[in-house]
Amino acid sequence: MNIPESYISADEIASRIPDGALIGVPKEDGGVAMEITRALIRRKARNLRLLTVPVSSIQADLLIGAGCLSEIETSGVSMGEFGYAPNFRTAVQDGTITVRDATCPAIYAELQASEKGSPFQPLRGILGSDVLAHRADWKVIENPFAEGGGDPIVLLPAVRPDIALFHARYGDRYGNVWVGPKRECVLLAHASAQTFVTVEEIWGGNLMEEERMLAGTIPPIYVDAVAHAERGAWPLSLSGCYDRDGDHLRDYVSAAKTAEGFAAYLERHVYGNQAAA
Amino acid sequence: MEFTREELLICAVARMLEGCRNIAVGTASPIPGSAALLVQALTNGASRASILGSNIHNPFNDGGPELFDRAGQGRVDAFFLGGGQIDGEANINLVSTGPYPEPDTRFPGSFGSAYLYFSVPRVILFREEHSRRVFVDKVDFISAPGWSPPGVHRPGGPHALVTSLCIFMYDKTRRRFRLDGLLPGASLEEVRDNTGFDFDCPDNIGPVTPPEPERVALIHSRIADEIAETYPEFARNRLGWKG
Repeated sequence: MNIPESYISADEIASRIPDGALIGVPKEDGGVAMEITRALIRRKARNLRLLTVPVSSIQADLLIGAGCLSEIETSGVSMGEFGYAPNFRTAVQDGTITVRDATCPAIYAELQASEKGSPFQPLRGILGSDVLAHRADWKVIENPFAEGGGDPIVLLPAVRPDIALFHARYGDRYGNVWVGPKRECVLLAHASAQTFVTVEEIWGGNLMEEERMLAGTIPPIYVDAVAHAERGAWPLSLSGCYDRDGDHLRDYVSAAKTAEGFAAYLERHVYGNQAAA
Repeated sequence: MEFTREELLICAVARMLEGCRNIAVGTASPIPGSAALLVQALTNGASRASILGSNIHNPFNDGGPELFDRAGQGRVDAFFLGGGQIDGEANINLVSTGPYPEPDTRFPGSFGSAYLYFSVPRVILFREEHSRRVFVDKVDFISAPGWSPPGVHRPGGPHALVTSLCIFMYDKTRRRFRLDGLLPGASLEEVRDNTGFDFDCPDNIGPVTPPEPERVALIHSRIADEIAETYPEFARNRLGWKG
């Protein structure tokens, strides 16, 4: 299948993400745009702010280690069974990055408020936690519907990322992209000012005309640029296509524990045009 | 009677889940996942297990918010959490030790704890490393508090704490843990020496109830098969799965 004429390259997408932008990204099995992540490092992006929806792994850790991020809002950054995220841990301990600690449903609520064009979204729980204590932008009010007063509840402000960034299974020549059951990507696209997507495969027809694909499709009114990127989520998974590359992730964690090891990793896997194992 | 640590813990956790209709299990939780699947099997599906990362044993298909939305409605009865630090009031810390925001040691982050600890009635804390590094008098950062003052809407909270040495049950009224049983080889002195918080203890503390033989048989057949989808290494190495 030919690449649609409207498509640009992953590096062009990276060049359209300005320094300082707030970027919303899905969690590690949600379709992570790793090819663009590498392109952002190649173009030496700086002062990006990352919103992980709601958590992240190697994507956040790579961007932190390469000096691309000044701030991260997250509910967790971890390499899962492979251990802690080395650059995240070091950068937070050294104070070289600002962390806005959150909790998963609060990040969804911030985006849902943006999606609705509402200034805030209420959410139960969180009260009495240090997560709330350190978030000056999260407010507590008394539930106005409670009889007799009392009943404190947290309000999360609408957060509108400058750019939603993810990798999807299919794109077509009409500008549609198909994320299937990955509703976080739909939420991100709806809530963000712009959406940039890489797609694994080109869909021959029109995704909006396929009844079985319709519910998982994001139409072009939400999509600002698409690039074709085969294995674009590698070394992470793309469900239905490939599993995560466990050996690579294990090697990454041990390499990234030292500055030399991380530099060698970047040289080989980010600057070396060696996108696949 | 001989049994493995996994058999003992899976059966002990399964007993804590009796009567739960919906049991959700998060990441990196093979023993809680096996216990949830055991209860599902024993009740012929009246108790439903949701194993994060599973395609078969996971009834959610509407993305990340769905579990939290269901929990918020009171439709998740049991969940599991861990903690880099846990203190005697069952406050949990998944963020960092030392001062915040520039800590001594940074952990991954709070994940959904600050929400699910409020909305899920039976949260079972599962933390195998039983040391004074983990079980502290007061956590350095509260990802989620163990209790809330009157007037705060809170149907959920801690139910029990399972470690490599023992099982504690949480007393919501006293806001304290009470030692419930010792694992094989562990003594009360060892628990006291390795616990940084004060806890209640009955006069005659005994061992954790041994696993029921018919449940052990089920663990090594059907449950091993089911958990292997999500945790193949665990199933193979710990439950003797031959897949």
